[in-house]
Amino acid sequence: MSRRKLLARVGWNALGLAVFGVMVFPVYWMVATAFKPGHDILAYTPVWLPTSPTLGNFHDAMSRAYFWTDVKNSLIIVSAVVSLSLVIGFLAALALAKFRFYGRKAFIVLIIGVQMVPLTALIIPLYITLSRAHQVNTLTGVIIMYLTFVLPFTVWTLRGFIMGIPRDLEEAAMVDGATRFGAFARILLPLVGPGLVATSIFAFIQAWNEFIIAYVFLHDSDKQTLTVWLASFTTLRGTDWGPLMAGATLTALPVVTFFVLVQRKIAFGLTAGAVKA
Amino acid sequence: MSRLATEGAPADAAERDLPLLSRRRRRLSRRRVGSALAPYALVAPTAAIIGAVLAYPLYLLVRLSFQKYGLFELVRHQGKSIGLGNYTRIVHDHQFWTVLARTVAFTVVNVVLTIVLGTAIALLLTKLGRAMRLLLTTGLVLVWAMPPVVAVNVWRWMVDYEFGVANWTLTKLHVGNFLHYDWFANPWTGFGVITAVVVWGAIPFVAITVYAGLAQVPQELLEAARIDGARGWNVFREVTLPLLMPIFVILISLSIIWDFQVFIQVWIMLGNRPPSDYFLLSMYSFVESFRISEYGFGAAIAVVMVLVMFGATLVYIRQMVRTGEAT
Repeated sequence: MSRRKLLARVGWNALGLAVFGVMVFPVYWMVATAFKPGHDILAYTPVWLPTSPTLGNFHDAMSRAYFWTDVKNSLIIVSAVVSLSLVIGFLAALALAKFRFYGRKAFIVLIIGVQMVPLTALIIPLYITLSRAHQVNTLTGVIIMYLTFVLPFTVWTLRGFIMGIPRDLEEAAMVDGATRFGAFARILLPLVGPGLVATSIFAFIQAWNEFIIAYVFLHDSDKQTLTVWLASFTTLRGTDWGPLMAGATLTALPVVTFFVLVQRKIAFGLTAGAVKA
Repeated sequence: MSRLATEGAPADAAERDLPLLSRRRRRLSRRRVGSALAPYALVAPTAAIIGAVLAYPLYLLVRLSFQKYGLFELVRHQGKSIGLGNYTRIVHDHQFWTVLARTVAFTVVNVVLTIVLGTAIALLLTKLGRAMRLLLTTGLVLVWAMPPVVAVNVWRWMVDYEFGVANWTLTKLHVGNFLHYDWFANPWTGFGVITAVVVWGAIPFVAITVYAGLAQVPQELLEAARIDGARGWNVFREVTLPLLMPIFVILISLSIIWDFQVFIQVWIMLGNRPPSDYFLLSMYSFVESFRISEYGFGAAIAVVMVLVMFGATLVYIRQMVRTGEAT
């Protein structure tokens, strides 16, 4: 029996290792290709390990036209979206968590409904509206659009974080003589800090990864973001795989880093309410 | 936390002090007027932005769908109303029905694969040793974190017809001769690759969420079922599955929402100009609008798309609203 159990455990672990290999292989292949010299990339028999690693592809990618401009654009858009969504979303989350008011239900429906509307459906009217307002091809227009798609999640998640803090704490501070704002600044804000960090990183990832809006609304090469820049590696003559994989690795790096940092908190935030219901 | 909690105790005592309480009450009543307005002030910025970028364009989308709106109208900023013209055109448009059927089939296949494989990996996680579980979870998070645009480019490289690692491997495994095999020459194999990208990218979220849910299933219930004679699959179907139903409603609905509007996976995979064999609804609407400049017709397709999606995820919306209400 115990021998059978051991055998089963070994079997499951072997299966686990196989699943791990299949899932992670594309990520590995991207990084491996990025470090390989050209003749190892264009080889009829795949070179599994980058035995003669080179930074050539990274150098090639980074010295490509508009790389640094597009990095700058991505950073401007992302930091604007993160800071604005955090402030604005926090206020709305506060209202949902702390007050019962007429129209609360309608607001919740709005927040959830927004996430159902397909982006591709909205691009048409947005394009027409912005072209009237002469805001096509500006970072401002893109920032406002991203804000809309990040805000619902921000509000919903922060609401959960705020509700996790016992109301008594604030009331106690107010009875002790703190003003409503004082109680908010000294009690609520520090406690909700981790939630703010997790949510802001989620907003960062969303804005950094977005492709369709940037692709449609930012025409000029010096206005584009990194995800759109990645398309420049494919021309009619074919694709420059080495530099493309290096560029892809560079694009993925900040997101992967931050994601691994906050994944636990976000996964919790998404399901916390659901399990209770 | 505990420090703050003890600070609260003397405050409770002070509240029992009558004169103080009445004074506090008067202050509160004046504050109450402010309180009544406060939530609206707090919600206003979010509502304004969502209204401007979402509600108004949504209204505009519906209005556009009743108009003829081409390049001429775009320059003049003025559409021409044609009533139900775009919708009757949709009904008689052979391509629309093909694309709709293709999109629905694509969504069903992708959602089913994502949920089944994700749940299987979640169940596998419960069987693994600690180290192996950590390794697999880390791998899943890594995949989850990959930006979609990056993921599509990597897969495009892996199935490259000349130097792709997939063709070489499949040939070596004697699945067939895949040397210089162009996956995208045939929409069936092309969509096979696209499905692989979408499902691969979506599995981690499902697996990790279901695994978190499995951890919350009380062990006593499982044991009780086993004592009653239930085995393996039956325990899962009779005990685990009903308990995890709320989670599955969320996961299935989110998957439907995401897979029904798949765009970049097809778009980038086919070098920004997919042939019409590859159109899904989102793309059909996009191409009609931005390539052919038939904005009115494109808008009508988008309206149909929104309606189908709302219908498909009604259960989810109700569940989420109830959650928001209850708390």
